[in-house]
Parts: sequence; structure tokens; C-alpha cells
Amino acid sequence: MIKRWTQKAFPKSLWVYHTNCAACNGCDIEIINVLTPYYDAERFGIKLVGSPRHADVLLVTGGVSRQIAPALRRLYAATPNPKLVFAIGSCACGGDVFYDSYAMYGGVDKVIPVNFYVSGCPPRPEAILYGVAVALGLAPKKVAKEIIRDFPEAADIDVPMLELHK
Amino acid sequence: MIVSKLKEAKICFSNLRVTLPYPFGPGAEVGEGFRGKLKVDAEKCVGCGGCANVCPSRLIRFYDDGEQTRMEFILDRCTYCGRCAEVCPENAITMTQTFETATNDKTDLYIEQELYMLTCKRCGRCFETNNAIDRIPTQRMRRGRNFVGASMPHGAPEGGEPGK
Repeated sequence: MIKRWTQKAFPKSLWVYHTNCAACNGCDIEIINVLTPYYDAERFGIKLVGSPRHADVLLVTGGVSRQIAPALRRLYAATPNPKLVFAIGSCACGGDVFYDSYAMYGGVDKVIPVNFYVSGCPPRPEAILYGVAVALGLAPKKVAKEIIRDFPEAADIDVPMLELHK
Repeated sequence: MIVSKLKEAKICFSNLRVTLPYPFGPGAEVGEGFRGKLKVDAEKCVGCGGCANVCPSRLIRFYDDGEQTRMEFILDRCTYCGRCAEVCPENAITMTQTFETATNDKTDLYIEQELYMLTCKRCGRCFETNNAIDRIPTQRMRRGRNFVGASMPHGAPEGGEPGK
């Protein structure tokens, strides 16, 4: 459904606007890496633009600090609909080691709605490219929530509490 | 002028194509020591909590719910330092080379693990995970003294030969 929706909403190129909301610059360098000829994100029509008013996609890096949060909200409002927001890096996804800091919101999704999360500290350029491919419906997502239970067989569970109260 | 342009063109065409076919083909090679998304092996985990103690972003959470120890790994804020894999005494946590963690739902990155706790036959309290008790015969700990009458599922040997 998401695939259909994205392909309907963005039939042409995605123009991205990159914003650094209190990131350490590691994720920013990896984003620049994606745009180099080696990885060449322009194959998918991705183009870096200089204004949020031209952009379809916001690439947000960094756990949002209190200083930058109002600016990020303005930025989100300035981007024309339909828009996608990518949270790139562990800081943007969940706050990384700053998740409970007094100066940080700890995650972009606490300030503006986020559509795609690319975790990594910093994420490899391939990981960012894979996130773009997932957003465009070119590749399936590879992670899913894992629930592991290490319970013995039901026959092995004895109930000592019952023995105790005999 | 024209000669220089021709020289330029020669340099341009002499280079091979450098763009990687990723994501339709293979990307750049992942290095030997690359740390990707962590993996937990519930068969090995003894529930000691060492990983939760050292994690810088405090993403590993322990909950003692009576007969089970529930662990939550909130991997969206993982900083991929690999400290949890380093301190794990049973090597239950390993860093895989998976880096393709892009998702549209944050909960896809969570791992939940539940370990069964054994109860003391004398007092009826839960005191140790099943896996930790399984280690006792193999790791030369004294049996029958520290853990009086612990129930031993999985058909563990009751006698526990010395030296094994």
C-alpha cells in the first residue's frame, strides 16, 4: 500500500532537502557520499535542492535539540505536500546516547512525523540508499520485530509453589 | 583549445564505470570488523544483565515478571559500539553485518526476549534463568549446595560427575 501510495504521490524525481538538527556531521558526510558518482543516487532522480519549498523529501539528521526544534517545525510547514521525512542515523531515529538529555528531544519523530527510519551510527551509504529504495518501492524492507521466547516444554515445568503449600 | 578538449575526452573515456549497481546488485564490501545490527541467541543467554549495564544508550531493558525475565532491545537508538557483545560472558550477543535497517516503522527494530526463570523448591522464589542452571554441570560449579533442589528440566544429569 505504501508502495502504491509513494508511486502515486511521487511519479517523478524526489528532490531532497538536507537539514542537520544537532547531528555530529557523520550522517551528513554519509549523505554527501550517497550523492557522489560512486553510489550515484541521481540514478533514482534524487537531487539535492537548496530550499525546503522546492523539496519533496526532508532528510533530517541528529536528535533534535531544543534550539533547533522550532526551526524544524517551520521547515516542515514550509515543505509543500505531499512530503516524506527521512530520519537518518540513530540520533534521528531514537536519540542515540542523547535520548534522555535535557537539551535534546531525542528523535525527530517527537517533533515532526517521520515516514522512514534509517538506523546506523552513521549509516553506511548503502543503508541510506536502501532506505531510498524502500521508500520508492524498489526493495522490500529486511527487518522485522523479533520476539524470542526461551521457554522449556510445558511438560518440564513443575510447579514448586503448589508443593510448598501442601 | 581543441587539443586540450580532446585530451580531456580521452581521460574521461579511458576511465571505467565506477558507479555501484546497488541496490539492484552488490554494493561495496563490508569490512571484517564491521558492526551491524546485533543478534541475540536465547539458547545461550543467562540473563545476567551485563549488556544492560554497559550500554551507553541504555537500550537494553530488563523486566522481572515473576517466572520470566523479559528483555527489550530498543535498537532504533543503537550506537553500534559493540560493548554488549564484548561483555557478554556466554557470547549470546553478536554483532552481525546487517546494515540494511531502513524501515517505515520503528518497532521493526525492536527485539523482545523472554527467558524462563526457575523457582527454588524450598522457598518458591524465582532466582535464576533456566540457561544459567544448565551451565552448572559444565562449568565446575558446586551443585547441591548453592542451588538446593533446583528443578532441572531439559534432562540435565542429576548426579553431575566431578570434573566435567
